[in-house]
Amino acid sequence: MVGESNIKKALWVSFFIFPSFAGLIIFTIIPILSSFSLTFFQWDLITPLEFVGFANFSRLFSDSLFRDALGHTLSFIGGYIPLVMISGLLTAVLMNSRIRAKGFFRTAFFIPVISSWIAVALLWTWMFNPKFGLVNYLLSLLKINGPAWLYDPSWAMTAIIITSVWKDTGFVMMLFLAGLQDIPLNLMEASSIDGAAKIRQFFSLTLPLLSPTTFFVLVISLINSFQVFDQVWAMTEGGPAGSTSVLVEQIYKNAFRYNNMGYASTISLILFLFILLITLFQILGQKKWVYYE
Amino acid sequence: MNKRKYNPVLLISYILIIIASLVMILPLMWMVSTSLKTNQYTLRMPPKFIPEHPTLISYKTLFSLFPMIRMLVNSIVVSVFVTGGQILTSLMAGYALARIQFKGRNSLFILFLATMMVPYQVTLIPLFISMRYLGWLNSYLGLIVPILHTAFGTFLMRQALITIPREIEESAFIDGANHLHVFSRIVVPLAKPAIATLMVLAFMASWNSFLWPLIVAKSDSMMTLPVGLAALHGRYETKWNMVMAGGVISLIPIIVVFLFGQRYFIQGISRSGIKN
Repeated sequence: MVGESNIKKALWVSFFIFPSFAGLIIFTIIPILSSFSLTFFQWDLITPLEFVGFANFSRLFSDSLFRDALGHTLSFIGGYIPLVMISGLLTAVLMNSRIRAKGFFRTAFFIPVISSWIAVALLWTWMFNPKFGLVNYLLSLLKINGPAWLYDPSWAMTAIIITSVWKDTGFVMMLFLAGLQDIPLNLMEASSIDGAAKIRQFFSLTLPLLSPTTFFVLVISLINSFQVFDQVWAMTEGGPAGSTSVLVEQIYKNAFRYNNMGYASTISLILFLFILLITLFQILGQKKWVYYE
Repeated sequence: MNKRKYNPVLLISYILIIIASLVMILPLMWMVSTSLKTNQYTLRMPPKFIPEHPTLISYKTLFSLFPMIRMLVNSIVVSVFVTGGQILTSLMAGYALARIQFKGRNSLFILFLATMMVPYQVTLIPLFISMRYLGWLNSYLGLIVPILHTAFGTFLMRQALITIPREIEESAFIDGANHLHVFSRIVVPLAKPAIATLMVLAFMASWNSFLWPLIVAKSDSMMTLPVGLAALHGRYETKWNMVMAGGVISLIPIIVVFLFGQRYFIQGISRSGIKN
């Protein structure tokens, strides 16, 4: 601004930036750096810190619990991402058609999104109850003998994936809907036809034009699903028999159940590296893979 | 009316979207329905979607056996302070980053952005250790203070404030106003839509937050609703009417906030891609 002395300006800048910046330094940046340093130590919070070099890292390779957790996180991602993207895209396309009462449908899809994960997870734990749950009851009407879901190691992750797709469909739908509405109308009108041609138009025109959104949704979903925790914790705590243990659950258990602060920090560093990788993939992929007009 | 009287594509769209919304709504109705049954009726096959003898007994038992009111109060206190705090810190930092020219401004902004790449689980352990050292575990301070700043909110505010034309404040400065006047009288009123967006996103994130309160809250009296609900399920595993009643109670406030600020929820979530 006009004729403001430098000292005065520095004071104003400090005044405005201070609350957010102090919080960032004290509660984000220092903890991040401390967490990285902790990977070289063993600490149970009672005995003094012990420097262990790369022992925590080599432990990662021999720790079957960590390996399983990483595997389960990846299989969660492998099931959840394709399903949520397909259901989100389908509902977005429906919402973008000339139907009425869109506000009502949008609210229906959005209530699971704004609900707390714990309430949703407990609702679905009840839904998946093998004996009295609604899911197996509905399956029994189709003469299908439903599995024990959360009590069965080979079905528990599937139940968690179904629950997650149910909760996040509305979220992905909104992202795709925003993308669909950005597609210029004149392009759509020019090839506006009925029936089967409409489906062809979707694959040859809409989908390519939507690719920036698809890419954005993929990146966001990848980042979110590497951090999957709340639903796992509320539905199974990683069980049965460790069949749904995931990365963040291992961070939590190592830190707050077994008091292995150093090792838990090492797993959190691995989580960070995965997310960093996805971010780099986003920066590089944006140029290469995405079709812009 | 439309030229075409019968449109098969539209009809199929209706059928599909109605089925899809039923899939969304039925589980929620089932939650309400279960909460209105006695425990005995929840374990009856075939299940009745509409309770034969609806009763509020599960809510009564819940409130008498479990500190629900305290947890509701905790959730409200934490969410209100966190939301208010985040709006204030983000607005102020956003103002400095968008409206004042100073050396190192871009590097500072990039620093804020860079921290958004790091998953917050990385900060969990050091934060827990420092809360323990400060004696802030199991207290409002521990639940609130570490969450009062937000890099995302700062980013959101900086982007919103940078679009405001400079001429408006120039004349105020010439008339002798200082930055505090310009901030509170000119810039903040013009940033209302962005503030509303941050408000609903911050409230939702804080109301639904689970991992941090799970670590900080040790006793029932300091638990927020999500942590309390998880504990409720652990203690009364087979009392599904009570667990579902707890779920219904935790959902009502956020659904009310959503219905009032629907526009800002949808804008905020679809633009930022941030949900929790």
